[in-house]
Amino acid sequence: MFYLIQLLNGIQYGLLLFLLASGLTLIFGIMGVINLAHGGFYMIGAYLAFWLARTTGSLWLAIPLSIIIAFSIGLLLETTIFSRLYKRDHLYQVLLTFGLILVFEELRSILFGDDVHGVPVPPLLDFSIPLTETLSYPVYRLFVTVVCISIALTMHFVIHKTRVGMMIRAATSNREMAASLGVNIPLLFALVFAFGVALAAFAGTIAAPIASVSPGMGNHMVIICFVVVVIGGIGSINGAMIAALAIGLADTLGKVTAPEYSAFAVYLLMAAILLWRPQGIAGRA
Amino acid sequence: MIEPILQVRRLAKRFGGLAAVDEISLDVNVGELHAVIGPNGAGKTTLINMLSGDLSPSAGSIRFAGDEMAHLSPERRSRLGIGRSYQKVNIFPAFSALENCRLAAQSREPHPLNWLREASSYDEIVATARSALADVFLANRAETLAFTLSHGEQRQLEIAMSLATQPKLLLLDEPLAGLGIEESSRMVELIRRMAEMHAILLVEHDMDAVFQLARVLTVMVDGRVLASGKPDVVRADEQVQRAYLGKFDEHS
Amino acid sequence: MSSITLPRSVLLIAVAVIALVPLVGSTFYVQLGAKIMIMAIFALSLDFLVGHTGLVSLGHAAFFGLAGYVLALISPQYQAANLWLTLPVAVVITALAALVIGFLVVRTTGVYFIMVTLAFAQMLYSIFHDTNLGGGSDGIYIYVRPELAVAGMRPFNLESPVQFYYFVLLIMVGVYAFLSKVLHAPFGRALAGIKVNEHRMRSIGYPVSSYKLGAFVLGGAIAGVAGYLAACQFGFVNPEILAWHHSAGVLMMVILGGMGKLHGAVLGALAYTLLQEILSRPLLLGSYAKHWQLAMGSLIVFIVLALPHGLAGILDLSLRIRSTKPARVEEALDD
Repeated sequence: MFYLIQLLNGIQYGLLLFLLASGLTLIFGIMGVINLAHGGFYMIGAYLAFWLARTTGSLWLAIPLSIIIAFSIGLLLETTIFSRLYKRDHLYQVLLTFGLILVFEELRSILFGDDVHGVPVPPLLDFSIPLTETLSYPVYRLFVTVVCISIALTMHFVIHKTRVGMMIRAATSNREMAASLGVNIPLLFALVFAFGVALAAFAGTIAAPIASVSPGMGNHMVIICFVVVVIGGIGSINGAMIAALAIGLADTLGKVTAPEYSAFAVYLLMAAILLWRPQGIAGRA
Repeated sequence: MIEPILQVRRLAKRFGGLAAVDEISLDVNVGELHAVIGPNGAGKTTLINMLSGDLSPSAGSIRFAGDEMAHLSPERRSRLGIGRSYQKVNIFPAFSALENCRLAAQSREPHPLNWLREASSYDEIVATARSALADVFLANRAETLAFTLSHGEQRQLEIAMSLATQPKLLLLDEPLAGLGIEESSRMVELIRRMAEMHAILLVEHDMDAVFQLARVLTVMVDGRVLASGKPDVVRADEQVQRAYLGKFDEHS
Repeated sequence: MSSITLPRSVLLIAVAVIALVPLVGSTFYVQLGAKIMIMAIFALSLDFLVGHTGLVSLGHAAFFGLAGYVLALISPQYQAANLWLTLPVAVVITALAALVIGFLVVRTTGVYFIMVTLAFAQMLYSIFHDTNLGGGSDGIYIYVRPELAVAGMRPFNLESPVQFYYFVLLIMVGVYAFLSKVLHAPFGRALAGIKVNEHRMRSIGYPVSSYKLGAFVLGGAIAGVAGYLAACQFGFVNPEILAWHHSAGVLMMVILGGMGKLHGAVLGALAYTLLQEILSRPLLLGSYAKHWQLAMGSLIVFIVLALPHGLAGILDLSLRIRSTKPARVEEALDD
C-alpha cells in the first residue's frame, strides 16, 4: 500500500514533467529552437502562484491570471527575441537562452528575494482520501494528476483532430510548403511558443502547493526535461509522455529505496536509451 | 572468367507500401563502365545510396569482391575500396583543393598516425593527393580554396577525392549535372580514363555522355530494370524506346 | 592553409607581456592573472571540441570539477600532496570519465549531443551534491597546495602566488603548443574535416565516431588539468564547480573570443573573466553589483542578437556544410 502512494506520486510527478517537457519538445520540434530557459517559465508560474495567491487570497484566481500573464510574456519574448533565433545555430540559441536564465534568476531575486516560499493548498481540496486504515492520499495531488491527464488528452486531440493541429504538423515537416499553402507561419510560431510558455507556467502554478517555491527550481527541472526529450525523442509528444512517466516513476521509487542515488537512476535510464536507440523512443531515426 | 567486382542481387528498398527500388540485379566488372539511366523517380539515386551505404536496403544482397556488404556502414565500404561522388557537390569548401584530396588520401591510414607530426610532412599521402588532382586535370589549382573553384572544377575535385582513396569501384552520381559544354567534355574524358583502371557505375541523364562511355547500359523505370545489356541493343529495345519516346534518336 | 595560431613573434611578445605582470602588479592582480590563465586552459580545451571538431559540449565543467575533486580526495588533509603523483592521477581519472561518457554521447548529434552532455554533467553534479562522496554540498577544503618536489628540491613553491602564476603560465603555454601541434597533425586535420562535413568524412572512409571520441577524451583531459590547477589555487572544491552555469560560462568564453582560433579561447577567457570581475564589484554598478548576473545575462543576450557571428565573426569568416541539409553557406571563412 505504501508503494501505491509512491506509484501515485511518481505518476503525478511524471505528468507535471510531461507538461513541461511537451512545451519544450513542441518548441524544438516545430521551430527548431533549444531553450535552456524553459525552466524559467516553470519558475515564473510558481512565483506567480505565490504572489497572486497571496494578494488575491485564492489559488483559484491565481491560476487563470498566471496563465494569462505567462502567455503574454511568451508572446512578448517570441516576437522580440526568439523569432530571431529560428535560423541561428543551436550554439547561439544555447548561449542566448543561458543569458536569459541569468536575467530571470536575478529578476526573481530582485522582485521576490531569495527565500523559499510555500503556497497553501486551496481549502476546497485540502483533505485526504483514506486508502487504508492508516494511510491516506492528498486529494490535491489527485487533482493535479487529473488536470495533467486532461491537458494531455486535449493536446492530443487538438494536434491530431483539428485544423490548427494540422497546420502545426504541416509546419513541422515542411515550413515553406505550409507557408505557401496559406498558413501564417509567424503567427503560428508565436502562438505555439506562447502556449509552451503558458503550459510550463501552468505546471509551476499548480505544482506550487506541492513543491516549495524556491530559487533555482526551474533550472533543475529543465535538465530533467531535457532527459525526457532525449529519451522520448525530439518533437514527439507521445514519446515525451512515455519518457516523463518512466522518469517520474524511476525518480520517485528511487528516492524511497536509495535516496542518495535516485538522481543517478534517471541518468542511467538515459544512458541505456543512448546505447539502445540514440534517437529516443519515438524519435525519427 | 573473372567474377564481377560488384554483384547486386534482387536489391530492394521499400518505404511503407511504396517500393522505390524493386528487386534490382546487376553486375559491374573492373575496367568496365556500367551506366544506369532512367526517368526521374526511377529509383537511381536510391540505388546508388544503397550501394554506397547511405541508405540501408530492405532486401537483397550486394557483394563486393565476393563479400556481402549490404549492411556495412559507408566508412567500412570506403575502406573496402568503394568511392562515391555525389549529385550535389559534397566537398570541404573552406579547404584548398589539395587539402580536400589529402584528407581523402589520409583516410587510407588505419590509425591516426602521430598526434604531433605535421600532416603535410607525410610525403606519400601528399603525393597520392597531388596525383589524384592531376588525374582530374586540377593539378594547377591545388592551392585554390575549394569554394572559389568553378562548379565544373568542384565536380572534378569531388571525383579526385574519391580517386585519392584508391578505390576499386567508383559510384558516380550525375557527375555532369549543371556543366557547360566544355566542362562536360572534359569530364567525359576524365571518366573515360578512369574506366580503364576501375569499375564504374555511372548514373546519368546526359545521353551523349552515356553512349560515349558505357560498355553496359541498364534502364530503370519505377524502381525496376526495364532493359540491360550492350548500349546498342538496349537502345533498340522497343520498351525502352517507348519509355523514352524516341529521345535517343535526338542524340544518336 | 593559413594558421590556426598566431605567428611566432606575436606569441612570444604576448608571453613576455604576461610574464611581466607579477613584476608590476600587486598580489591581487597576480592571483587574478593566474585565475584567468587557468580559465584560458579550460577554454582552450573546449575550443578544441567546439571550434575545431564541431562538438558543442554543454557539460564540460564536469571534467573540470572531477579533476578538482580527485585532488581533494587523494590529498592528505594537512600536508602537501605530491604533484607528480596527483596531477597524472587526476587527469587519468578524468580522461576515463570522458571515455565512458564520450562513448555514450558521440552516438548523438546536433541538439541531442548538447542535451546529453548537459545531462551527464548534471549527473556528476548530483553525485557530488547528493552523496557523501565529496562531502556533499559543503565540499572539501585543500588546506595545503601540492608540492612539486624533484630529488629533494622544489623548483616551484606553489604556495607563493608569484611562483604559482609562473607555473600556470608554463602549463598554459605547454597546452597551447600541444594543441597547436595536434591540430596540424593528421588527427587534427581529420577533426577539422569532421567539423566541416561529417557526411563526406564518412564516405571517404573515416570512422568518425572514433575520432570524435578521441577528441572528447583529449578535451576532457585538458579540462581536468585546468580543474586541478583551479582547485590548487582556490583551496576548495564543491559541487558548484560542476554546475551547468560553469559549463555555459566556458562556452561563452569560447564564443566570445572567436571559435576555431586557439588564441581566441585565451582572449575569450580574459574578456569573460574580466567582465565578471568588473560587473560584480561596486565600481560599475554600485549597490546593484549584487545582481551583476542581470547585467551579464543581458549582455550575453545582446551580443548573441546583435553580432550574428560572435565577436570574431567580424574579423574572420567560416564555411560549413550540414550533412543532412542542402549546403547552406554561412558568411564566414575559417580554417
